[in-house]
Amino acid sequence: MSEVLLQVDSLVKHFSIGGGIVGGHAGQVRAVDGVSFSIRRGETLGLVGESGCGKTTTGRCILLLERPTSGRIMFEGVDLVTLDEAALRAVRRRIQVIFQDPYSSLNPRMTIGQILAEPLEVHGIVREKKARAERVRELLTQVGLLPQHALRYPHQLSGGQRQRVGIARALAMEPALIVCDEPVSALDVSIQAQIINLLEDLQARYGLTYLFIAHDLSVVRHISDRVAVMYLGKVVEITDRTRLYEEPLHPYTRALLSAVPIPDPELEARREHTVLRGEVPSAVNPPSGCVFHPRCPIAVDRCAAAVPPLREIRRDHWAACDLA
Amino acid sequence: MAVLLEVDNLRTQFDTAAGTVRAVDGISYTVNEGETVALVGESGCGKSVSALSVMRLVSEPAGRILSGRIVYKGRDLLKLGEEAMRGVRGREIAMVFQEPMTSLNPVLTIGRQITEGLEIHLKMSQSQGHARAVELLGLVGIADPERRLAQYPHHFSGGMRQRLMIAMALACNPSLILADEPTTALDVTIQAQILELMRDLSRRLGVAMVIITHNLGVVARYADRVNVMYAGRIVERADAGELYANPRHPYTLGLLRSVPRLDEPRRARLVPIEGQPPDLARLPAGCAFAPRCVYRVARCEAEAPVLAPAGAAGHVAACWELERVVRKERAA
Repeated sequence: MSEVLLQVDSLVKHFSIGGGIVGGHAGQVRAVDGVSFSIRRGETLGLVGESGCGKTTTGRCILLLERPTSGRIMFEGVDLVTLDEAALRAVRRRIQVIFQDPYSSLNPRMTIGQILAEPLEVHGIVREKKARAERVRELLTQVGLLPQHALRYPHQLSGGQRQRVGIARALAMEPALIVCDEPVSALDVSIQAQIINLLEDLQARYGLTYLFIAHDLSVVRHISDRVAVMYLGKVVEITDRTRLYEEPLHPYTRALLSAVPIPDPELEARREHTVLRGEVPSAVNPPSGCVFHPRCPIAVDRCAAAVPPLREIRRDHWAACDLA
Repeated sequence: MAVLLEVDNLRTQFDTAAGTVRAVDGISYTVNEGETVALVGESGCGKSVSALSVMRLVSEPAGRILSGRIVYKGRDLLKLGEEAMRGVRGREIAMVFQEPMTSLNPVLTIGRQITEGLEIHLKMSQSQGHARAVELLGLVGIADPERRLAQYPHHFSGGMRQRLMIAMALACNPSLILADEPTTALDVTIQAQILELMRDLSRRLGVAMVIITHNLGVVARYADRVNVMYAGRIVERADAGELYANPRHPYTLGLLRSVPRLDEPRRARLVPIEGQPPDLARLPAGCAFAPRCVYRVARCEAEAPVLAPAGAAGHVAACWELERVVRKERAA
């Protein structure tokens, strides 16, 4: 088994919200509330959960776009949280990101060639202009575009092509880790599979490691080696792909899986659906004890009292539920 | 079952800077009373515009309904005057949109937004309207209706807003609801709640529904009949069970094959539909799917195929190479 590339340890990110009449301190959004996981080199860890569960904030902390409130982010043996700006610059190259909406993350006034060449120049990766143009052509080919796409502007490309540019830009930095934040959810169904296959090919070719953040459980199952399920700022279950989908232990994971409609009417008619009651509570004022207990179909009295720790219920299969 | 809505050879176009876009290019389908029919397809396939056309809400002058008939309860809606059409919208046919926040007025209370239609369409008094609004909120599972009616849209979560939209759609007891991606903006557990609610209400109240979506799973769970759209046309239609058991059009096959599924063993590799969706301002002469189709022959590029029988009763597909598709699928 390969070495651990990224180790997130008790990560906490609270946002304070202003408010009140004199602009005082109205409270805190506990976006990420004690998250721990690790990713081995060459592996894909899927991070799933519904909106507001903290999966994107977790990704932004790893990308150092947010300063964690507390916790450690060990990357290649160094705690990123302790680094100063100068040291961070060097690390940033090694951790890249692919966003959900490539349109809003590509500068509309720059050609695709300029968009890809800029970071090569800024980071001093390819210093000579001619060599940069050559590298841009190479990157375009690697993501399934043509060299002549370098002369186009983002609006001249389709959604799938723009996401390919987003991937090329991440690749340009020769990263070890790529945080993929909902990379296919804005794309049409017929294009999603193209991009997923591309991500898998690039991983195999360059030994990339992915943190794959998404809400689509079917896509996450396909691409991930291991999967962590988040709910209201916490990881409630983490294990390998097969076990998570075949023997889910946490009642939230079970409910999530049962809510996914499957494209087979006969199966859908037979299947049992656990429809969760209520909605995700606010992260400003999370419920006591297990944060899932108000919606949990199997909750008992003690669930409201104590926070269940993430424990290893079976070998390498962790869940935060006393009843699992 | 009696036919409630018949859309016949509908064509809707838009003039854009890039040229004339044939958003809906001659589609025909029917909806029976109490039935749930799906229009499924990807962005730009014309599924939303076809619903807006039924409501006569295509924004002129850029957009216009070029030809066709939309027969609802025996009347052609395209021949109605604006006044008569206003009596259809909301009263006879209601719509539920994807993004409830943009279809609710942020400065009116929820109560006012529900009662307005009741007072106009059903000539209810204020107190009658209020009583009906309380009843409607109960119907869609919003607790504490008296308090909720005095609140504004921003007090409601995404899921609750969609419940409100459904309550408003049901307000005047319509016979047909057009739901345009009603759960796409919602989380999966909330999506399940809303879809169960819609199905339950449609059965209980006998309302027919047209669900417009890109999600093949949603269609499988909730639709009786399915129309698959591509580039402004219906390329395949069948009962839901038949369509998923025996998909015939290469596009439908491609779509079903390209999505990873939780009910099947994980595949080593996904099978995408190659190429890009078509530019609607520059559609090819023949079949719009031909450039991406693995079954393409010369005829596909010259001549657009028409819907033809493709299996069980009511199953039709628009493909010149149906026989070859069927043979190959059987062999596979």
